[in-house]
Amino acid sequence: MDLSRKRRWRSVFSRGMDIVVGLVTVAALIPLVSVLYMVAKRGAGNFRLSMLWELPPSAGTDGGGFGNALVGTLILVAIGALVSIPIGVLTAIFLTEYSLGSKSARLIRFCAKILSGLPSILAGVFIFGVLVATTKTFSVLAGGLALGILMLPIIILATEEALLRVPHFLREASLALGANRTQTVLHVTLPAASSTIITGVMLAVARAAGETAPIIFTALFTSYWISSLHEPTASMAVLIYNFSSVPYDNMVNMAWTASFVLIVIVLVTNIVSHLVANRSK
Amino acid sequence: MSIKSGTTTMDESIPTAQTEEVVATASSSASSSSPENTARLNAPTVIDIENVDFHYGANKALHGINFPIKEKLVTAFIGPSGCGKSTLLRCLNRMNDLIDGTRISAGSIKISGVDIYHPSVDVIELRKRVGMVFQKSNPFPKSVYENVVYGLRLQGVKDKARLDETVERSLRGAALWEEVRDRLHTSALGLSGGQQQRLCIARAIAVEPEIILMDEPCSALDPIATVKVEELIHQLKQDYTIVIVTHNMQQAGRCSDVTAFFYMGKLIEIDATEKIFTNPSQKQTEDYISGRFG
Repeated sequence: MDLSRKRRWRSVFSRGMDIVVGLVTVAALIPLVSVLYMVAKRGAGNFRLSMLWELPPSAGTDGGGFGNALVGTLILVAIGALVSIPIGVLTAIFLTEYSLGSKSARLIRFCAKILSGLPSILAGVFIFGVLVATTKTFSVLAGGLALGILMLPIIILATEEALLRVPHFLREASLALGANRTQTVLHVTLPAASSTIITGVMLAVARAAGETAPIIFTALFTSYWISSLHEPTASMAVLIYNFSSVPYDNMVNMAWTASFVLIVIVLVTNIVSHLVANRSK
Repeated sequence: MSIKSGTTTMDESIPTAQTEEVVATASSSASSSSPENTARLNAPTVIDIENVDFHYGANKALHGINFPIKEKLVTAFIGPSGCGKSTLLRCLNRMNDLIDGTRISAGSIKISGVDIYHPSVDVIELRKRVGMVFQKSNPFPKSVYENVVYGLRLQGVKDKARLDETVERSLRGAALWEEVRDRLHTSALGLSGGQQQRLCIARAIAVEPEIILMDEPCSALDPIATVKVEELIHQLKQDYTIVIVTHNMQQAGRCSDVTAFFYMGKLIEIDATEKIFTNPSQKQTEDYISGRFG
């Protein structure tokens, strides 16, 4: 039996495809890596720890920071998460555990998919019309709700996917032991899906933290500390947007540093949530 | 009283206090059955399956199934794939309710005289009394301990001493205690396949059911683990009525007292296991158990 390697057309083709796939992967990484590299290079150098708790500088002055924007972003995302996580997770539970394949479930899933492709500015415009125009004030609350609208479909779809991946035999085992549907969801299905759900939620949080358009329409911006949920707040994304288009070096540099900090925050939350999810397994 | 079961009519009958004594009747005619066995086969009826038709949508899966299941005996359902034996098993604790478009279209199933499909029946209570062990071992991704006490926790039991006691009793009952006593709080998914299946049995007996349904419990196990589960079934029938679906005819022969043979959604024959395997009254049964089935 001759097992020696031969140069055949199909092995040449296969090797060629390996190379093409490798090159395409590298090409896909170029924009990702270069954005990160540029932000790190221009942002990390100017970073001072005191930026995390100082107020933004006024035009033409030195120093200052983005403490209020950092707090603002955290509160905005927290409000968005508080609104969207319970609704999103419960909706997904309804879709998979209570009405799988029903007409209403299909309609809801369809809406969630449409909503997930919604240009984010529309969420801002919607909340502007519903909340800002009626109360006649830009507010943290409005900003948080706009982010919540953006997070909702991501959380619904990710949670649904996670629940569908829980094998049916676990549900049967629980029901056969005399559990009702709610007990089965609480004690078996949700815990089994938790780590995947957390990943989906983090994806939504990361997206919300970087959103600018819906915030401009709802939470606006301010150079002061936040003191109530019913007034405007600064946020990292809007600060970056504002400061990057002014002619003052200090502010432009601060926009870069704020971008860098925002990326680090998203990265750290992702890593922490993965660690938590893996531990709970 | 003669019982029409599928295409078969039991032709012999001995009058007893119970009306439907298919099993006792049939076994008395089996020359090989000992007096002790005959006495056991006279046990009271626990589950009464009466003329049951079952539909998956428009598809009729069971045709007029009619026979009693006796207390504290092991009843085996055998037959080729798709013959309806698992469907019938899952009717006994209403697991089929979970599948859309299924229904019992005629007849009734009574457990201890109660029609389990009557609207007043609480399915949750039914499933507490009729435990189930599945084909694929399906422990929860929790600790061994939490797996066993799951049913009790659902019932709101919080007393630590009672939970501990139940864990030890159930695991001993499932012949698993010695193997896992030092790892009660580690994940059940770390156990071997055979241990996992015995854990599922422990989990089922922890809620103290009266009947245990087993749906091909050994089909995914190696021969050694299979022997352990079969020995376990032998012990469990001291306390429980057991119904087991199996593809393995040797297994039915080894561990059951009564065997029911199904084909194409019909009950062809039910009799004492030794009679079925030595001297079946139906040609189809004989063909199937001798492996000559087309």
